[in-house]
Order: sequence, then structure tokens, then C-alpha cells
Amino acid sequence: MRPLLVFRLFLRASRVRRKRAALTMAAIAWGTLSLLLLLAFGEGLRERLVTANDAMGRDIAITWPGTTTRPFAGLPSGRFIPLRAADVPLLRARVRGLDGLVGEAIRWNVSLRVGRRVRNTAVIGTEPGYGRLRNHVPRPGGRFLDAADMRERRRVVFLGDALAADLFGEGVDPVGRRVLVDDVPYLVIGVMRHKFQISNYATPDEDHAVIPLSTWRAQFGSSDLNDLVLRPRDPARMEATLRGIREVLAAKYRFDPGDEQALPAWDTVKTGRVMRAILYGVEVFLGLIGALTLVVGGVGVANIMYAVVRERTREIGVQMALGARRSWIVGVLVLEAAWYTLAGGGAGIALALGVVAVLERVPLPEDGGLALLGRPHVSPAVGIAAAAILGAVGLLAGWFPARRAASIQPADALRTE
Amino acid sequence: MTATTARPAGTRGGGTAPVIEMRGIRKVYRSGRIAVEALRGIDLDVHPGEFVAVVGPSGSGKSTLMNLVGCLDTPTAGTYRLDGEEVSGLTLDRLADIRNRKIGFVFQGFHLLPHLAVYENVELPLVYGGVPARRRRERVMELLEQVGLADRAAHRPSEISGGQAQRVAIARALAMDPAIILADEPTGNLDTASGSDVMDLFSELHRRGRTLVVVTHDPALARRAARVVHLRDGRIVDDHGEPAPPPTPQEPPEGGPRIAGRGPS
Repeated sequence: MRPLLVFRLFLRASRVRRKRAALTMAAIAWGTLSLLLLLAFGEGLRERLVTANDAMGRDIAITWPGTTTRPFAGLPSGRFIPLRAADVPLLRARVRGLDGLVGEAIRWNVSLRVGRRVRNTAVIGTEPGYGRLRNHVPRPGGRFLDAADMRERRRVVFLGDALAADLFGEGVDPVGRRVLVDDVPYLVIGVMRHKFQISNYATPDEDHAVIPLSTWRAQFGSSDLNDLVLRPRDPARMEATLRGIREVLAAKYRFDPGDEQALPAWDTVKTGRVMRAILYGVEVFLGLIGALTLVVGGVGVANIMYAVVRERTREIGVQMALGARRSWIVGVLVLEAAWYTLAGGGAGIALALGVVAVLERVPLPEDGGLALLGRPHVSPAVGIAAAAILGAVGLLAGWFPARRAASIQPADALRTE
Repeated sequence: MTATTARPAGTRGGGTAPVIEMRGIRKVYRSGRIAVEALRGIDLDVHPGEFVAVVGPSGSGKSTLMNLVGCLDTPTAGTYRLDGEEVSGLTLDRLADIRNRKIGFVFQGFHLLPHLAVYENVELPLVYGGVPARRRRERVMELLEQVGLADRAAHRPSEISGGQAQRVAIARALAMDPAIILADEPTGNLDTASGSDVMDLFSELHRRGRTLVVVTHDPALARRAARVVHLRDGRIVDDHGEPAPPPTPQEPPEGGPRIAGRGPS
């Protein structure tokens, strides 16, 4: 095949019509740009959605008190199964593979007052581990609850960012100031860093007021929990962990451990998996559309190459007469098509990267549709996919016209006067 | 009346092997249900050093014969030995090699590649033949000097006259030191003066021992040839001429292309 020779012959091939070449390469550039941007926006969307989904807490599960649906050990169905503060240390001791497990107690319609501003909202009592599990990251200068707060039943509160803004106004740092919780003064120890979030339960995280569980029990006088928040060390073992928890509580509260309604759970690992699968599907779909656009550009290149073969028929005949093999003639044409495709593709890639870079500098709105779509991301996988599609398009666009060139009969070609 | 033997009168046949040896060559072109017999049984021998003109009215099969001799096409029937090698049944790639090494084409329309300079046009067969770069350079300049166009090496074909273009084509044809030079109406597109220059060049090549086969309408060119083969309706109807002068004694070419003699051009 003598690739070096073919390359040398390619360098000596006919000069192309400049306008025709420019138009063809523009079509390829456009197709490449479309493909890359579609894939990049798809990738960006997926990333943002996964981030937003994980904002509530990565690989966690929430379990609530439920009602039995099966009789068990002589007890009827329809019994309410509570969750109590004492269940937390019990579960931590008995269930294996836990990365964290905390109880959450919620009091609704509590009035929070700062000066003349009042908000009626829920107050959550929980333990320090909650901050890590539920992604309650404090802004610099603040902190979440700690063990000392729990031990000493301190009157400290961690505020969600929207709630803090409502109570203190913008531009004021709430940390170190006081807020009245049902007329009891609490010290603000931290404000939550804003999260882009799409999943939730009970109340939105940005409106949270979180105090130590021990303080909560002292103020509101109950030891019942509203839910448990937990995370297994290995997300793949979530279902086994949930089963373990049900078994321990079923033994304590006497219900059928297989009765899922007695302790309903929200498994974000499972829902996250479904969401990721859907998003991959969306990305593949977008990629297909982009690839089709690029293929159309490739058809343009093939068109040009057919015209080139037609115009060069006599020249090809002369070359064959001088001893050029068919494979060299095919090789030169394929290289020319590949050259158009790679040059146009390179321009398209550069443009796409430019668009992505510009968008990265544009500040995003905090929430809403644009927050989801506004961060296209070109990952190496996307780049490789685009390059592979470009290569295939270029080779095919050259292959078919080149085969026609190879079937030229030199005698006929030379007769063309 | 047809003569089917093709041994030229009074030739030194038997001693030197023919460089072209055709027996029973037939060529039929089929287009749908229509078949056209372009050649109806050609027997032809051409010996090294001969200058043969092929003449005949249009439709006589001259171009077809030319294509077959040049391995640009394959016969429907018959055998063809070129330089001792049986050509029918060879692969396309092998035929391309043979065209590269053994045949030098000169066309009526010159057929220089317009986007390449004169130098690069002459160089092309050497590139196909895998000749290394330094040797190519030497050879191309030799050839251009031989045809008197060394000073035009960098020009494009569009910048030189018809006569000059044909001389470049001849230099190109000589590049790989082929066994035969095959010319199809080489003076057809030239004025009298340029045509005469080209004919002089052919005579010179013949004098130095080149084998030339020329298809032509031009009686002046046919006169220069030592032997004239008449074709009509796909058959050789006449074949006569003086015996080819013995070639000037020289060493047989070995390996790479070498110029056949040197002298003022």
C-alpha cells in the first residue's frame, strides 16, 4: 500500500477550488459544532441534575414511622410504629455497614423572630452527623452543630440561607446574633451555604432551622422522632442495610420485618440510579442528533469528492497510464476527504470549546431552567466520541467516491477529449 | 487482401527476441446487446530498435491496438508478450507496474498534469516507480536537457507552448527507460514547426536505439518511420518498410533507469 508514497502523492494532488473547499469545510465545522455542543449541554445537564439531586444528601435513605399492614405475633395489622430517640444508638450498635445514622425530630409552625421580622416555620432537632449526611455546609465563619452542643443542650441554631435572609436581611451576617424561637433566645452558629437542590422532604433545606436534639427535647418535650437519616458505607448495600434496620426495629416493636409499610423508606440510591439512566438516555439522544448533523456535512464532502473524481477522470487515466496503482489513487482521494473533514472538524471543535469557555464566565442564575442548562461541559469522553465520529465520516465520505475512481478504465479516461 | 503475418521484410528475425509479440489478438466491445469487433485477429512482432508507424482510417482499430500494446486494456482473445513477458492474465497492479517500467506514453493532447511543474511532471513515473529522491533529481535534469527544456523546469504546463509540452511529455515517457515508446498522434495538436521538432526528437531517439511505435495520420511522421503497419477494419492489411537499422552497440540497461546515449539535443 506504501502509505508514505500515497501521502506524497496526496501533497501533489490538484489544487482545490477555494470557495468549494471553504463551503465544504464550513458544513463540517457546523456539524462538529452541533455535535459537540449538544453532547456538552447534555453532559452539563446530567452533571447539574446529579449535583442537584445529591444536594439533599448523597446516597442516603430516609425512613419514617409507618403502619403495619400484616398481623404479627398475635398483634393486629394497622398498628402505628413510632421512632424514638433511643432507637438511634440501638441501630448504630446492631446494624452493620453504616456510614452514619441520625434521628430527626421536627416541630411545625414555630415562630422565629428577629426584631420585627417573624417567620413561622419548622424547627428541626438532630445530631451533629446530620450536617454531613444532609449536606448542610456552613458558610465561612459559621459551623454546624457539634457534640458539645448536644451534651450541654446549648441553645444554638443553624439556619438555612433563605430563612436567614428573611430574618436578618441581605448583607447582615447572622452568625453570633440571636433569634427568638417561640420567644426563647437562640444563638445563630452558622448559616447554610446555598445549594442548588431539586429533591426534598418535610421542608425545603433553605428554610431549615436546626437545633441540637437534646435542646429540642428540652424545649418541645417529646422524644419521638419524625424520621431517620442514614447512609451505608457502600451505596450498593443500601437495600441490605435497610433490611437490617427493619429487622432490628421489628424485633423491638414487634412487627413483621418483611412489612415494608411499617417502616417506609426513601432510597435515594435507587432513585438516583433511575435518574442517571434517564439522563444517559437523553445524552445518547442528543449525541445522535448531533452525529446526524455531522453526517449531513459528510455527505457534502462526499459530494465534492464525486465532483473531484469526475473532473479528474482524465488526469487519473494519465496517472494510471504512467503506472499509478488503483490503491494509490483511492488512497489520495480518501486522504483529501479526510483532510477536508479534519480541517473543518478542527474549526468546529475550536468554536465549540470557545462557546463553552465563554459560558463558563457567565454567572448563572441560582435556580431555574437556566441553572440546569447553562453549564455545558466537554468531557474527554465527549471529545473522543466527536473525534471518532469525525474520522468515520471523513473516511466514508472519501471511500465511496474513491471506489468510483478506482473503477476508471484508463483507455476510456484518456479518450475523453 | 489481408496479410496476417507481421514479420517485416528482410528483418533480422530469429536473432533478437521481439519486444512486442502479439498473436491472434481480438478485441470486442460489448454495449448491451451490441458487440463491436474492433480488432479481428492481429499478429504483430516488433523488434528492439524498430521505429513503427501504425496508420489507417478512423474506425480501423488503431486506438484499440494502441491501448492493448500499452496495457491500458486487455484483449478479448489472443496472446501478447511484452519484453518477453505474457501480459494477459496479469493482475491490475502488475499491469500498472509494467506500464510504469516498460512503456513510455506520448499522447496527442500531451496530458501533462496542469497543477504540477514541468519538473514534477517528468518526475512522476519515477515517484511511482519508487526511485529515491536524489536519483530522481539527476534523472529528471538529464531528461530535460536531452529534450532541451532544462530551463523550463519550474514552469507550469500552461506557461509553455504546445511543442514544448510535447517534448516534456517525451521526457516523461523516457523517465523509467522503458522498453517501448508508445505515441498516439503525437503531432496531431502541433503546428508544422513544433511538429517537426518532435519528429526530429523521435528520429534521434530511434537513432539511439529506442523502440518506437507511433499511431499517426501525419504522412510526414509516417515517412520518418522505417516500417509502416496499415490497419483497416480491425486487421493488418499491409506491413512493409526497410529493415530497422541495427541499434548502436551499448550495454544492456541494468537495474535503475539510465539514459540511452548522450549527446546534444
